[in-house]
Amino acid sequence: MVMAASETKFHVLAVDDTLIDRKLIEKLLKTSSYQVTAVDSGTKALEFLGLNNNDHQDVKVNLIITDYCMPGMTGYDLLRKIKESSSFKDIPVVIMSSDNIPSRINRCLEGGAEEFFLKPVQLSDVNKLRPHLMKRTQTNVNKRKAMDEIVSPDRTRARYNELEVN
Amino acid sequence: MDLVQLQRQFVDYKTSLYHEGFLDEQFTQLQELQDENNPDFVVEVVSLFFEDSERLLNELARALEQQNIDYKRIDAHVHQLKGSSSSIGAQRVQKVCIAFRNYCEEQNVEGCLKCLQQVRHEYSLVKTKLESLFQLEQQILTAGGSFPM
Repeated sequence: MVMAASETKFHVLAVDDTLIDRKLIEKLLKTSSYQVTAVDSGTKALEFLGLNNNDHQDVKVNLIITDYCMPGMTGYDLLRKIKESSSFKDIPVVIMSSDNIPSRINRCLEGGAEEFFLKPVQLSDVNKLRPHLMKRTQTNVNKRKAMDEIVSPDRTRARYNELEVN
Repeated sequence: MDLVQLQRQFVDYKTSLYHEGFLDEQFTQLQELQDENNPDFVVEVVSLFFEDSERLLNELARALEQQNIDYKRIDAHVHQLKGSSSSIGAQRVQKVCIAFRNYCEEQNVEGCLKCLQQVRHEYSLVKTKLESLFQLEQQILTAGGSFPM
């Protein structure tokens, strides 16, 4: 699916088994101008991506943000499945957890997670997502722009917020 | 009561809730997320918290009545309650949950029962206070006021 230049909010897939937290993360992401799909399990996330479908990407997802503690497939399990998939390994994954356990955090980061957010997730956390998305935009023009802007972190934060990707 | 008096009462009441530790910064975050596209966001999230909590408190009571107490199960419920209370900023409820989890780990039934009682109490307090806060908000809106003030 090719994105027209005029389109495009980044599409974030949010995964959390708790309804309250799903509602929260959805609002945080929408407030930050992302398109959001929220699902309640790792299995549903993989189905949505089309991973069960001969590894063919059904939908374009720019980032996955997932809770760590979920019944069945944990956020870490989901992370590993994404990173081990040839179609999806380049999608940045962020993990959220209500428990501040250093060994857990390290394991996730070493497992390929871009960021680890402690719950409750704040708008300031969601602001940290944009650089991970900008790194991976498809056209060279966008890539160059992103490189130019990774000069001063403070300055770029304000710039990213104004940057209209539509 | 006129609008100005209502607004003053609202601010004083809300301040006291923070001051007494019923609510923390996370509640403020929720309010900041509310906008004209989602004017009932805070009430919706808080309502989910009420539903969730009541279910969990019943589960906890049931689990602690069993002959052979399943502490893992209890811990899982308390973990959920801790999470949801933290997500809305219900600080005192969250704090009791932390103590509760410690008693679960120790498999201390007395401690758990005590915590259940405490968490029920804190939950009921914060529920009453939030409902009063929302009522005041409604009165202000009816009297022609708006938020943020």
